[in-house]
Amino acid sequence: MSIRHGLLALLERGEMYGYQLRAAFEESTGSTWPLNIGQVYTTLARLERDGLVRSLPESESGQRPYEITDAGRADLALWFATPISAADRPRDELSIKLALALTTPGVDVRAVVQTQRSATMRALQELTRLKYASDKPEDLAWRLVLDAMIFQAEAEIRWLDHCETSLVRHRPAPSRPTGRPEAVDRTGEEAHR
Amino acid sequence: MSEVLELRDVHRTHGAGPAAVHALRGVSLTVRAGELVAVMGPSGSGKSTLLALAGGLDRPTGGEVLVEGEPLGGLAARELARLRRRRIGYVFQDLNLLGSLTAAENVALPLELDGAGVRQARRLALAALAEVEVAGLADRFPDQMSGGQQQRVAIARALVGERRLVLADEPTGALDSQAGEAVLHLLRRRVDAGAAGVLVTHEARHAGWADRVVFLRDGVLVDSTAPLAGVEQLLTGSGR
Repeated sequence: MSIRHGLLALLERGEMYGYQLRAAFEESTGSTWPLNIGQVYTTLARLERDGLVRSLPESESGQRPYEITDAGRADLALWFATPISAADRPRDELSIKLALALTTPGVDVRAVVQTQRSATMRALQELTRLKYASDKPEDLAWRLVLDAMIFQAEAEIRWLDHCETSLVRHRPAPSRPTGRPEAVDRTGEEAHR
Repeated sequence: MSEVLELRDVHRTHGAGPAAVHALRGVSLTVRAGELVAVMGPSGSGKSTLLALAGGLDRPTGGEVLVEGEPLGGLAARELARLRRRRIGYVFQDLNLLGSLTAAENVALPLELDGAGVRQARRLALAALAEVEVAGLADRFPDQMSGGQQQRVAIARALVGERRLVLADEPTGALDSQAGEAVLHLLRRRVDAGAAGVLVTHEARHAGWADRVVFLRDGVLVDSTAPLAGVEQLLTGSGR
């Protein structure tokens, strides 16, 4: 997703100037994506260059509002109509990290998995807490953004669970890192074998 | 915060000798009033064993389980049964509502078994049904209710009276995601009102409702998320 389309969507509601756009953007994404005002103005300049928005005369207080053009509306409609493909998303650092952990000597992959799972779980708890705390009808947009992040965190944890199961099945259990002595105690099991 | 549930170095072994199965191997866990702890782990990791021991439905082969400071090991079967009825609420995946009883009768049953009068039991049952927002279904039978409504009644039964320890094993069962979320919302609210809760689940999204998540592997607690900061701090942290 681009800030471009975010700003176009906001301008579709009506003309706005930079600071209004920034505030509206943050409000509609539940502050999960903070923007600085510089990003807003650079993006507006590019949108104007491409004919997707038009700047209007300055107001008495010296603010310059922008409005969306017909070309901008068409671009926005196309954006809403086009599904996001995996190629649009940044590379997934976590999957690359795990793949490298698996092939790098001396790395305890299960510890890497568990460290990530705890961290993601904690993020999921925080997101759930935020959702639980927002029950006003006007918070719906914010709750849907939270839901998206909650489902993404859940998917990541499920994938980590899956990785762990695969590791157990296909590789001998590596030694646990120090500092988690309770997890090392497999001696009883070994003795029975 | 007072400690409602305490597991001290708990072991549970089934069988003996080389064929012995070590379901739990030295688990220590404390759950305080106002705290919801989720237990996550794959099938066979010992989750359900842990919950059965916490609820006095099973006895450990080593270590100690305490509910509100009382060691369960020292109780006779009869006393243990009474403690289970009075202080512990269970919510299971299969709802276990009795089909021949109405919602209110299902909820009142544990109170009546415990010697409460019919009238008092009904009054408490109606209050518990109101708490889970199905007061209007009091006189319906389970087969006249949706799955989500039945689960609410099962939760009312687990919460009725003064229970301070709520144990839930995959409580959202086969409910759709909205109905499942409503169930967790109710559990959370009860815990916020002062109960202690243990939620066994393999679904991360459900564990997200907990204050603390512990991970169980092969009968051992391998990790735990730290308790959370207050919501206010979270909101400030995210710039809201």
